[in-house]
Amino acid sequence: MFFLKTNYSHPYFGVGMKDISSAAPGVAAWGMMIGVSMIQSGMSVVDCVAMTLLVFAGSSQLAAIPLMAAGAPLWVIWATAFCVNLRFIVFSAHLRGYMMGWPRWHRLCAAYLTADLSYVQFVKRFEKPATDMQGKQNEQAYLAGSCFLNWSSWMIASLMGIILAHYIPVQWGLSFAGVLALVGVACSLANSSLKIVSCLIGGLVAITSFFLPLKLNILLAIASSVCVCLLIEPYLSPTDASQNKTRHD
Amino acid sequence: MHPKIKPAMTEAQTLLCILGLALITLITRAFFFMSEQQWRLPALIERGLQFAPIAALSAVIFPEIFLWEDHFSGLLMNSKIYGGVAGAAFFILKRGQGHAVFGTIVVGMLTYLPLHLILGWN
Repeated sequence: MFFLKTNYSHPYFGVGMKDISSAAPGVAAWGMMIGVSMIQSGMSVVDCVAMTLLVFAGSSQLAAIPLMAAGAPLWVIWATAFCVNLRFIVFSAHLRGYMMGWPRWHRLCAAYLTADLSYVQFVKRFEKPATDMQGKQNEQAYLAGSCFLNWSSWMIASLMGIILAHYIPVQWGLSFAGVLALVGVACSLANSSLKIVSCLIGGLVAITSFFLPLKLNILLAIASSVCVCLLIEPYLSPTDASQNKTRHD
Repeated sequence: MHPKIKPAMTEAQTLLCILGLALITLITRAFFFMSEQQWRLPALIERGLQFAPIAALSAVIFPEIFLWEDHFSGLLMNSKIYGGVAGAAFFILKRGQGHAVFGTIVVGMLTYLPLHLILGWN
């Protein structure tokens, strides 16, 4: 991962950092908001810092914080976090083809550090897993660079949120910057009509199934988009279909 | 400072809870490549996964913009819609070149904050 010299001295390390740098301020805003909410829930500073440094998963932290404050049983908190994190299991299926050639502990470190945006930028940059040694090294260095910048901006902002919790005006809605970073990245992904369909279906399903507990609406949205896109793929205009064919066969 | 109330969990329980959460982060993110076993996903699923990233993003974005708590937050006086649309429009005008995502954040916030703070919209 990013602490390996073969990765951080590789030219693709910088490419990975550059690709995610534009969205980093949004990641930071979101991280800072989580830092503030941890303090506001009444957790001690030590616990907040430990949670930030160890858990490194914003939405599962956000789900766990009120449960911990209410003194819920541990298994309830863990089960909740697991469900909120289910989308990562889908991402891991996608990343498997890229990572299986790496030694196991590299895979585990990389997986632990690969949050949503690093995953999205990675599979956008490398549409298919490389088959040669050179390509695999590029991929590993790229992911390391991307994770490094994402992780460090998250950590710095989240720790700042913990320290400055009482001075940050949460009601201003600064965390909307995190949503806007996702809007920008989503626009960069929408390069075919099928991707736009996937985007719309994901959004609509997530809204209509928002009543589901444990953020399961996100998982349902991903599953519905993937299924609908696979179903309509053969009926789309020939240019689109052939574009997809050359890319994926 | 917060009033001193009896914490709901002991210090040891809290740390155990946090360690468990960290392990859950690792297990879910590494789920399909923890073992060394050789197998391949069915080709159909492999092809379908290319649509997962954008769906995952929009599944977070849409409820954030259109819902307030769990209600529909309205279309006209919803500053997040204007912010989101302005940000996306900037990205499209720039054709994604340069630091277009950063521009999306800046333009979106510059649209959102006045509506939200001055006009008091959602």
